[in-house]
Amino acid sequence: MRSFWSIALATLAKDIRLEWRSKDALNAMLFFSLLVVVIFVFSFDPLAEESRHIVGGLVWVAFLFAAVVALNQTWARELRNQVLDAYRVSPAPGNALFLAKVLGNFIMVSLLEALMAPLFVIFYNLRVLGPAWQLIPVALLGTWALVVNGTFFAAMSLRTRSRELMLPLLLFPVSIPAVLGMVAGTTSILTGENPAHFYIVLLLTYDVVFTTACLALFETVLQAE
Amino acid sequence: MKKAFPILAVLTALFLAYAFYQAMFVAPTDALQGDVYRIIYYHVPSAWTAFLLFFINFIASVQYLANAKPSTQRAANWIVIAVGIIGAMVPFVPQVRQWLNTIGMYPSSAATTALMIPAVYFLIGKYFRGQNLDVLAVTAAEVGVVFCTIVLITGPIWARPVWGIWWAPGDIRLTSTLVLWLIYVSYLVLRRFSDSAQTQKLAAVLAVFGALDVPLVYFSIWFFRTQHPQPVIGGGGSIDPRMLHVLLISWMAFLCFAFLVCWSRFRLEKLLRDVEEAEALESLLEPGGSTARTSKADVSLSSGPK
Amino acid sequence: MNSIKFLYAAYIATWLIHALYLGSLVRRYSRLRQQMKGLGKSGK
Repeated sequence: MRSFWSIALATLAKDIRLEWRSKDALNAMLFFSLLVVVIFVFSFDPLAEESRHIVGGLVWVAFLFAAVVALNQTWARELRNQVLDAYRVSPAPGNALFLAKVLGNFIMVSLLEALMAPLFVIFYNLRVLGPAWQLIPVALLGTWALVVNGTFFAAMSLRTRSRELMLPLLLFPVSIPAVLGMVAGTTSILTGENPAHFYIVLLLTYDVVFTTACLALFETVLQAE
Repeated sequence: MKKAFPILAVLTALFLAYAFYQAMFVAPTDALQGDVYRIIYYHVPSAWTAFLLFFINFIASVQYLANAKPSTQRAANWIVIAVGIIGAMVPFVPQVRQWLNTIGMYPSSAATTALMIPAVYFLIGKYFRGQNLDVLAVTAAEVGVVFCTIVLITGPIWARPVWGIWWAPGDIRLTSTLVLWLIYVSYLVLRRFSDSAQTQKLAAVLAVFGALDVPLVYFSIWFFRTQHPQPVIGGGGSIDPRMLHVLLISWMAFLCFAFLVCWSRFRLEKLLRDVEEAEALESLLEPGGSTARTSKADVSLSSGPK
Repeated sequence: MNSIKFLYAAYIATWLIHALYLGSLVRRYSRLRQQMKGLGKSGK
């Protein structure tokens, strides 16, 4: 077990270091997230009272787009430098690589969300009527749900034509219950009308089920020639 | 076998005509909805058929993945038997029975569904080996999508005159069916777009993910609906036994039809693979092409029993 | 009785979709047969 985590963390550290040195992808994604928020602000211009009901959906759609952009380049570096082939022949467990990638994406997408969320609050004059602290588990669990399946499907899409299109095509249908949980949970907390407990439990269940499935089946996907 | 096909096709056509006659003229008119309700005689059997086909695809995909190694095959066999036995007993536990009531299911139907899993698993395992499992998977997925499309089109056509709206976002069955349709369309897209030699394994993995997703979809919408009450489309209340009778006749007719369509699609897929194999072989044996050091035995690993 | 039109629409839609699918199967079959004939000629 010790070597599993040390491999995963070492890979994660490597990815973060590389990303931090060039900052290309990071900057592009930050700017993209900003653009998405601005487009939404121009497209949906509701009164403060109405906005509370729809902002949950807007926010998570924006996060979804930003996440897909981040996820699409998850494996790009590995593909360019034949790292995947090296990984296949090494005795390191494939799951360690997968977990490292998921954690890296999680950090990346969380960063983007931390940037976009305040912008939504400002532009839509949001005031949270329900228990605001509950937004944190919803955000964390929801982001994990998108990122764990997204990283997995990104790996599956590697050997397909139209790779960038394949990822959202595969990811969106499977993510629907999670998206429902995120959006309905956020809306419940913003409007304060309903308790968000069930949605948090739903997201937790979703995360457990699919993290297990991804870890169990990643080796199969990694070995795909 | 092939000679049976035209005879079966004619019989099925007659059966479908009989079902149509029953649906349109024999079944009583609904007190509330008038004659429009007769759409259910196409809508519901198509749904049941689609779900059955997707279920078959799921079982075939699991088997395909499990059969990669003898150890996983044996483990999968035992897990499936355990699921069947536990699933058949658990619905009768009092708390579970209560909870099933709240989602509108009888314990006996839950138990039967649970028992169907090992039954279908071992039946499929007996008659479909190796590559044939994958051919069965793609067949079931494609025909399932066709039937599911019909469900999604006839559903709104029915909802509009009866409830005044085309779609209710909280309608749990139609929305779950939509997600199932999306998952399997993405499955077919993956198959088409994937160049990898491991396409079949990747598709099987996706099928497993889809199957894990469906109960989550169902419950997420179910809870959403308890907080935001929606009009219930095509649900609730007991059904007139005469209507149920016609419904079952219609379903049997469509099952026969689905069987024939699947059979055709299965043969088409096998033919396709044979042709691809022959083409690959030909390019290897071409004079002036790559030296054909591989023998026929190496190339034709994928052909199953003909 | 306007709603009866929806009944017809549903039944027609159902068989239209089935017909389209069966048609695509037939088309794929004939294309394959042509391919097979092409193989047979250029083979040994």
